[in-house]
Amino acid sequence: MNGPKDSDNGYKLVVDGIAKSYKRGKERVPVLDELSLNVRAGEFVTLIGPSGSGKSTLFRLIGGVEKPDGGRVLIDGGDVTGKSGLISYMPQQAALFPWLSVAGNIASALVTAGASKQEAKALAAEWLDRIGLGAFEAEYPHVLSGGMQQRVSFLRALLMKRDLMCLDEPFAALDALTRADMQKWLLELWEADRRSVLFITHSIEEALLLSDRIYVLSAAPARVVREIAVPFARPRRGDVWTDPAFISLKQEVLALLEGRR
Amino acid sequence: MGNKTLRTIGLPVVTLIAFIGLWQLYCNLSGIADYTLPAPSDIAKRMADDRELLWSHFAATLKLSFMGLGLGLLVGAAIAVIIHSVPLFREAVAPLLVISQNIPLIALGALLMIWFGFDLTPKLILLVIVCFFPVTMSMLTGLGQAEPHLREYLGMIGASRWERMKRLEFPASLPYLFTGLKMAATYVVSSATVAEWLGANKGIGYYLQLRFKGFDAAGVFGSIVCIIALSLVFFGIVALLERFIIRWRPSSRGEWKAVSK
Repeated sequence: MNGPKDSDNGYKLVVDGIAKSYKRGKERVPVLDELSLNVRAGEFVTLIGPSGSGKSTLFRLIGGVEKPDGGRVLIDGGDVTGKSGLISYMPQQAALFPWLSVAGNIASALVTAGASKQEAKALAAEWLDRIGLGAFEAEYPHVLSGGMQQRVSFLRALLMKRDLMCLDEPFAALDALTRADMQKWLLELWEADRRSVLFITHSIEEALLLSDRIYVLSAAPARVVREIAVPFARPRRGDVWTDPAFISLKQEVLALLEGRR
Repeated sequence: MGNKTLRTIGLPVVTLIAFIGLWQLYCNLSGIADYTLPAPSDIAKRMADDRELLWSHFAATLKLSFMGLGLGLLVGAAIAVIIHSVPLFREAVAPLLVISQNIPLIALGALLMIWFGFDLTPKLILLVIVCFFPVTMSMLTGLGQAEPHLREYLGMIGASRWERMKRLEFPASLPYLFTGLKMAATYVVSSATVAEWLGANKGIGYYLQLRFKGFDAAGVFGSIVCIIALSLVFFGIVALLERFIIRWRPSSRGEWKAVSK
């Protein structure tokens, strides 16, 4: 695993003035409008914005699946615009391969990220044990519940030797109880390891509970409306939501999302 | 299992036995000449008399069909992968594949005999032409049907084209491939028989021709019985293989054990 390593400017990821539009019929519809943001090494940064505000497009640009119309993506100070294979990724649907065992799903992703087969296998087995899914190692993913599938998917992203983890609404499809459970679980795992994370969510509570910083985005074309540093100490307490500061921040973000400010 | 399996296997068998019984009854009662319509008992007797000869021909056709089906599978899968991977090839060749199936088997067989003589080569080529088509077509469908969110995941983590083929598209195409292979397995034996009819000194097709020339209806029926038996064997082998290889699909009952949490 990559420990947080300091680069020249301390930024793991810099998104610099990125613009992207799509053609819909004859019209060009702008999705991202000179969007800039950054993630420091070991920082948990969340993007929150109305649906359809181009957050997933931004992820595709960072992942190098698409090229921006303008602007740059820098990782560790180097220009990697349009280059893939530098991030690990956890989508909303677990995206586990149905024909691979649970351990095989993790191991094959690690091999893609450059690990040897043996190394990948050993690491997958070790961590599945650690998160209490050791018994399901050899099972196919379909026997797992939605929450367990997302745990495997997160573990897969966590173990890949990549600089940045991009999590795209990973808990959106889960029920409220499972979701709360998963947030706590992710927080524990992440705080023990402090990888650089870029996280997308629709849930203000989730953003405040997990992140160091939050970017609030506007509706499309997406711009950063406000950058909020989340003041709560790490390791974060599970009952942080009872803090008055939490409630006032929540109201502030809500007002921004509703366009009241 | 149990009751339902008994029905699905038992009922057709009962129908078949009833049909044969009626056939036997009709022949016995109507006094129809056995060179016009032999009774099942006549056919059985002819097969028993010819059993050594029949067995050697049966084995020859079995071998020929097996080689043809195996080679057809390899060629068909290879063509599907190439067509899927090379867009130019797809546009240039795919529409023409249908033509290969429009040429009557006997015309094609005759040509192949003229070019390659009467030994194994022309027969194998004929069988490959028959078998590759359903394999290619069904596998092509499967290769294009791979889950979009798995495709997106592999793109985001920077998997290469080869990895995408190996880890996603090929395994996703296997259930489709087996549908095509089952069709090929159904055709292969009768096609082998046609090839043998056209020019051979062994095989059920040769035996059929021999009996036909002697106006031996019971012998002709005997070859039909052999051809059906062979076809069922091949279909059974493919079905077994499918069950053995595609194990990741949740079976329709029982397997959905709810794992809580």
